[in-house]
Amino acid sequence: MAKANLMDYEKAISLFEVVIGLEVHVELNTKTKMFCGCRNEFGEEPNTNVCPVCIGLPGSLPTVNKKAVESSISIGLALGCQIAPTGRFARKNYFYPDLAKNFQTSQYDEPIAFAGALDVEVPSGKVFTVQIERAHMEEDAGKLTHVGGATGRIQGAEYSLVDYNRAGVPLVEIVTKPVFGAGAEAPELAAAYVRSIREIVRALGVSDARMERGNVRCDANVSLRPIGQEKLGTRTETKNVNSLRSIERAVRYEIQRQAQILADGGTIIQETRHWHEDKGSTSSGRPKSDADDYRYFPEPDLVPVMPSNELIESLRAKLPENPADKRKRLAGEWGFAEMEFRDVVNAGLLDFIEEAVAAGAKPQAARKWYSGEIARIANSEDKDVSELNITPAQVAELANLVDAGKINDRIARTVLAEVLAGKGSPEEIVKAQGLEVVSDDGALIAAIDEALAKQPDVLEKIREGKLQAAGAVIGAVMQAMKGQADAARVRELVLERANQS
Amino acid sequence: MSEITPDLVRHLANLARIDLTDAELLRFTEQLSVIVDSVAKISNIVDENTPATSHPIPLNNVFREDEIRPSLTQADALSGAPDSAQGRFKVAAILDEE
Repeated sequence: MAKANLMDYEKAISLFEVVIGLEVHVELNTKTKMFCGCRNEFGEEPNTNVCPVCIGLPGSLPTVNKKAVESSISIGLALGCQIAPTGRFARKNYFYPDLAKNFQTSQYDEPIAFAGALDVEVPSGKVFTVQIERAHMEEDAGKLTHVGGATGRIQGAEYSLVDYNRAGVPLVEIVTKPVFGAGAEAPELAAAYVRSIREIVRALGVSDARMERGNVRCDANVSLRPIGQEKLGTRTETKNVNSLRSIERAVRYEIQRQAQILADGGTIIQETRHWHEDKGSTSSGRPKSDADDYRYFPEPDLVPVMPSNELIESLRAKLPENPADKRKRLAGEWGFAEMEFRDVVNAGLLDFIEEAVAAGAKPQAARKWYSGEIARIANSEDKDVSELNITPAQVAELANLVDAGKINDRIARTVLAEVLAGKGSPEEIVKAQGLEVVSDDGALIAAIDEALAKQPDVLEKIREGKLQAAGAVIGAVMQAMKGQADAARVRELVLERANQS
Repeated sequence: MSEITPDLVRHLANLARIDLTDAELLRFTEQLSVIVDSVAKISNIVDENTPATSHPIPLNNVFREDEIRPSLTQADALSGAPDSAQGRFKVAAILDEE
């Protein structure tokens, strides 16, 4: 399909006010599904975590997972929402094989949580208050694989295969009110908002919050209106944008695309759009039409959920500190400079560093690895840090190997590459490949003597105070040791030699 | 009188993937009108002394503990499916989107 014309971003922002709205789906990490006792587990053999309820066999009856309701209430409370004293489930009717029942059990007119607000800080340091419209409980759908099309896409597919393991997994959908006034920072705000949601649900412990696994998914609504106009523009909804970076890019793209259409005198079609990570663009999905006529009606097989005040207050008492407070605390504990800390937050590295520190890394060492080499590799591979094959615990291990003097920085970068290549943990790799620095002074002295034999004047120069002359020997020793020596120790030994003789 | 029109019934039939002949369409339009009008009579006897209910069953908060129960085996899960492949339900090409 033809690539859309995009208006220059600055120009688009000067002509139009951006209005965004975000729908975030959070998969809960309960042991079992929302309405049945099947395991809620990622990556298992297809159709092995299914039962008559979640594959929609006739006569089966749903039962509500108590923990999922409590988790949903906790999310609502953390977002400053009111909790509905009475809520019910509803059937959202549609035909699509990702759910076998021909409807999704969701909530419609009585969501469990509503009317909240979340303060979100964007990279410039500005704080926006995002109003939360509602948070409701529903079930996830199964996973479709399209077979026979050239690209594995739905177009041209001969048939599709369905795995219902994910069908019925508890979801909480969090919907914002339209967000005004972010201007040029709307894309950053969208990403920062989703990051905050992810931090909150992770801190609550109610979701694994791994975006690369689809635990947190975002649909981004974007509309533009000429500056000064009261009436809202027509919006598009970009679906399933699954990394923080993509959210920012997708919103920015839609702003530029819509601005050009409007400036050319065209109209925006209210439609679903698909984000293509590879092309960095969105394409038209189906227009909003009959397919969105979901004929919601109250779920007759489930009774109302009426959380007691005692339950709500006990969950409120267990809320963890909110992300903004946590940042303040960590900034103090880690002793980063203000810019260092902000860079870490903006790069989305806070959680990784926090986990690495929890696994025993020194904060500065964890920061150095994540915002240096690891971010560089992620960037060069066009990936999110979360998509790289290394855990915060492994980063901690790597940093500690360097700190303990077992490997030097250069070797550590090699070890990092090996970890990313799936060769094992840093310690395993260092051991298996014999990468540990030579800390045996005997071996180092032998190599030093050998180097000195070739450059006999070096010791004399050092004794004359020309300490930089040691460099040539250190270089030769490092080469002889294939880089596996602590250069500082070699230097010490060379200087000792000079003083002895 | 209700606002049930042949067009509305055709729309609903489409959403429900039900094929209707023109004769059925007209018959159902009449029948649905009668049904909706009959139900609407309830509104006539409701006054401010009748509390609104969201559910007809006098029950609430029926929950299940978050405990794993046995699932079907893959073979059992697929046993009623018209077709399957690679441990998955096989469905006809879905013509939708883009």
